[in-house]
Amino acid sequence: MKARVHVMLKNGVLDPQGEAVRHALGAMGFDGVKGVRQGKVIELDLDAGVTEADVEAMCEKLLANTVIESYSVEMI
Amino acid sequence: MHAAVVVFPGSNCDRDLAVAFEAAGAKVSMVWHKDTELPSGVDIVGVPGGFSYGDYLRCGAIAANSPICREVAAHAERGGYVMGICNGFQVLTETGLLPGALLRNAGLKYICKTVGLKVATSDSDFTSGYNAGAVIDIPIAHHDGNYYADSDTITELLAEDRVAFTYEDNPNGAQADIAGILSANRRVLGMMPHPERRADPVHGGTDGVALFRALAGALVTA
Repeated sequence: MKARVHVMLKNGVLDPQGEAVRHALGAMGFDGVKGVRQGKVIELDLDAGVTEADVEAMCEKLLANTVIESYSVEMI
Repeated sequence: MHAAVVVFPGSNCDRDLAVAFEAAGAKVSMVWHKDTELPSGVDIVGVPGGFSYGDYLRCGAIAANSPICREVAAHAERGGYVMGICNGFQVLTETGLLPGALLRNAGLKYICKTVGLKVATSDSDFTSGYNAGAVIDIPIAHHDGNYYADSDTITELLAEDRVAFTYEDNPNGAQADIAGILSANRRVLGMMPHPERRADPVHGGTDGVALFRALAGALVTA
């Protein structure tokens, strides 16, 4: 059993790294990119019996900083 | 004053902070991140700068969940004093002892230079040695010092006079030019600049000394 956690900066929190990527894409000639947001993906290899609710608790306590980040959990 | 300085793997300002506390007359105990209690009689805990746990996941995130940090939080909840500098400020926001978070610098660059810092309030045992409005020279050295909090929190910090220091020339994109903040009880300070690196004439200046002296004056060991 695995879980994949996506962590993104919340809307409204400026993402300077995403902005830098957007500028670079424009400079390379890739037109039409209106915005870039950069986040991270964390894969967890889980024992049987670990639930989505457990993974959400991990997100709340460590994997995401909910002051600035939102997260979503995908059980795979 | 009895000060404890926390040492995480990757801390690199712990000894500088200890020297600054000692120069102000404090007894200093170094505390390892795996320790599960603070030495008895500690008045203030210093959380130093550096790259605790290699800044893995987020700056300060792993340190905030280390065994000693549970004790640091309990000390603060009992009304004890805590001071986090640079990575220490990041740790204190991650523990929730201070509001907000430190984002990547707006210019994406690591910045290491001396900046003009305005003392925004002298109403705390950290800043009482300065005149409010005074501008002091203190070094910064960080990649993630861009203070962020939601607009309600910023309004509250300003209304409650809890912004301790602001940048004269904002180097990192911090909201409201914030360089350091106080907790609601004014006994927890987090700041990105390094007063311990401006605490001896050989540092090129001594503008940080008044902070440590004010603390030592306020926290005279009974």
